[in-house]
Amino acid sequence: MAETAEAHADTQFEFITFSAGGQSYCLEITQIREIRRWTPVTALPHTPADVLGVMNLRGAVIPIFDLSARFGLGATPANERNVVIVAAVDGATIGLLVESVSEILSVDKSEIQETPDIKSEATRNSIQGMISVDETMVRVVNLGAVVESGKGLPA
Amino acid sequence: MSGNSIRDTFFEECEELLEALVEGLAQMEQAPEDMEVVNAVFRSVHSIKGGAGAFALDRLVSFAHSFETVMDKVRDRELTVDEKLMSLFHRAGDHLSDLVEAARDETHLDDEAEAGLTGELDSYLGDEAAAEEFSFDAVTLDFDGPAIELPSEDDGGALRVFEIRFVPSRALYENGHEPLLILDALADLGDMTVEADISRIPEFDAFDPADAFLSWHMRLASSEPETTLHEVFEFVEGLCELDISVTAGPEEVPVSTPFDPEPSTGTEEPIAETETVLPEAEETTDSAPPPDRRKEARGPKPTLRVDLDRVDRLINTVGELIINQAMISQRIEELDLPTVAHLTNELEAYKLLARDIQEGVMAIRAQPVKPLFQRMSRIVREASDATGKKAKMVTVGDSTEVDKTVIERLADPLTHMVRNAVDHGLEKPEGREAAGKDPVGTIRLSASHRSGSVFIEISDDGAGLNRERILAKAIEKGLVPPDVELSDPEIDNLLFLPGFSTAGEVSALSGRGVGMDVVKNAVHALGGRVSITSTPGKGTTFSIVLPLTLAVMDGFVISVADQTMVIPISSILETIRPNPRDIHVVGTDSQVVSVRGSYVPIVDVADNLGLARHDDTGGAGILLLVSTELQGLTALRVTAIHDQRQVVIKSLESNYAAIRGVSAATILGDGKIALILDPEELINLAHASGNDPFAQHSRMELRHG
Repeated sequence: MAETAEAHADTQFEFITFSAGGQSYCLEITQIREIRRWTPVTALPHTPADVLGVMNLRGAVIPIFDLSARFGLGATPANERNVVIVAAVDGATIGLLVESVSEILSVDKSEIQETPDIKSEATRNSIQGMISVDETMVRVVNLGAVVESGKGLPA
Repeated sequence: MSGNSIRDTFFEECEELLEALVEGLAQMEQAPEDMEVVNAVFRSVHSIKGGAGAFALDRLVSFAHSFETVMDKVRDRELTVDEKLMSLFHRAGDHLSDLVEAARDETHLDDEAEAGLTGELDSYLGDEAAAEEFSFDAVTLDFDGPAIELPSEDDGGALRVFEIRFVPSRALYENGHEPLLILDALADLGDMTVEADISRIPEFDAFDPADAFLSWHMRLASSEPETTLHEVFEFVEGLCELDISVTAGPEEVPVSTPFDPEPSTGTEEPIAETETVLPEAEETTDSAPPPDRRKEARGPKPTLRVDLDRVDRLINTVGELIINQAMISQRIEELDLPTVAHLTNELEAYKLLARDIQEGVMAIRAQPVKPLFQRMSRIVREASDATGKKAKMVTVGDSTEVDKTVIERLADPLTHMVRNAVDHGLEKPEGREAAGKDPVGTIRLSASHRSGSVFIEISDDGAGLNRERILAKAIEKGLVPPDVELSDPEIDNLLFLPGFSTAGEVSALSGRGVGMDVVKNAVHALGGRVSITSTPGKGTTFSIVLPLTLAVMDGFVISVADQTMVIPISSILETIRPNPRDIHVVGTDSQVVSVRGSYVPIVDVADNLGLARHDDTGGAGILLLVSTELQGLTALRVTAIHDQRQVVIKSLESNYAAIRGVSAATILGDGKIALILDPEELINLAHASGNDPFAQHSRMELRHG
């Protein structure tokens, strides 16, 4: 396993898969800083429902997005197993609340399929591509789009 | 790499020298007869020239040279400083600063202006002066490359004997200079005899090999001008005692004057003056003063240049320390230990120490506003030239220290306001005379510290705001409804509305449609406030109130609905626990509270933040009385006040986006994040909701757009 990863270092990608809103998603491992247990956040006023609030990450104030709500799958129900994936995007650090983290996926670039033309443009923007693993399909999250649409215009 | 860093150091020094230059010129204006000031200006120009020569910045050198030459005439009292010359000096100073900037950024400056200035400067030298001595023009043009190759054809040839006394200090050796090389360089200039003075070498037991004990006495017969000799010592200036005098020779000393700030010209000048004025080559004959004294004489205090990133990292870490300290205190309180005095004392000491460290670290970032103010004097000059008005600038409290970031970000708004003050504030000279005022208008810039804030005021002694015109303009632009009734301060504040520009016609200077709202936003972004006061016929004053630092602030820890938040103490006038009798309902849902006879509108914080969880708020809670520019006195209703403490400000924008009504966030003792409220914005939000489309959250529409 490790050998193949080295051999195809340029085309080989590693993803962390997780589930949100009952669906399977993944993020490239290089974008992820750490995975934390859910701790209560401080709510922000005047924000969309999928922006849960801000959390203290060792002195930095980072916003937490509910990924399931962001994809229109309803708010993530409170659960012991919920985790926050801390990721870095465009110089900012953000947190994503997901139901659970499953595994690390190592795939070749060629295995990532482009997102087909689906109806919702917003969804198409937020999903970078798809990977099929065994019987299931894993969606690659476009972190930049998630954060951008979450911010809207700075007030 | 190292070459670059030396170059950087040169430009950093240039900045300091230019500051000194501007300051000197300002002083000259007050006291043109004060030779010390003239000398200080001369020295600044000369030092820039010297440094520029080392980096072969020819243009800079030649311009500085022209400048310096005219300055020298003033020094020798051959020229008297009048208004015209003073203005030329100012412009030359500005140009010098442009040249330095251009040299640093390796950009090219427009030659025309320079040619004009050089021409004007040269015109002051006069024909007979040039003929009598030697052609300054030629020197100006030929002057290239390192200063050592200074041409001296005119007075060359004649042999003179120089007496040189050279006493290196310890610092000279510490900086890695080698006297032998200097002696060699001197020997190259002509016939030289050297005598070493070893009388100061102490007993062997007391001998410190790192110290400087030797000194030399030289007699040099050379045809080179004296300046060349000084060039040899250029790099050890201030690190040694140097005394050069001419003992024999046909030429008179003044020949070298134009280049030469050194003591030899002192034969015609009072001794006291040479001493204070020429620290580079101090002419002290008694016991060697310690090198640091020279340093002091040379510039301000010794300083250390530190990468800003390092300072910021330190500030951040100290911020964490403060939070950590608060956490520990809170944990210990929670333990509910029996009153063990020791622990409380130690804890208190820890707290004080942490505060001390923090203050110390913050002080590193603090800088005097002086350079900023000095830049403004140039703006005043340029603006008054462009508008044909006469204006002078007066600064007060320019040693007031403010956070570096604040200073940097204040430059643009301040420039704008100063320009406005000249362009719109001051009247034309005729108008001023008609009004019985001094035809020269005054722009006054002042800075001061008051109760944890920095106050900066820009005032002019012009005609004051024309409120009728402002109101008419605002109505014309549709900024306010035509039938609106506004109080004077409200009219003044219309200036801050976006898209407002007072000038009837667009002038070259200000009035391009972007105006005071830009200033207001910039100041707001720094956590400050701008306000205007104006008296017809007397002038207008803009006041900026800024926090001392952008990193910490004093706040009340409050709760709003069930959230803990922080509100800046500086904005709160008083806190009221209202008597239900004093609260009155106006209209359907607006409430007012009567405070000592006047009715103040109540703004419910929870409502305005969309935290409406109306369980127990009905009339209870605590009112915080705040004063705002636009809405006047307003009472903010919160659920409770818990504590007053210093909080570390954490930006929300760096990882998310700005949120209206919230200026930043902080981390409380329990590690939770609390939002810091922006009272002004909160109240505006309350008033705007309904008719201002921006108050509604635009992001909702944009989200899936």
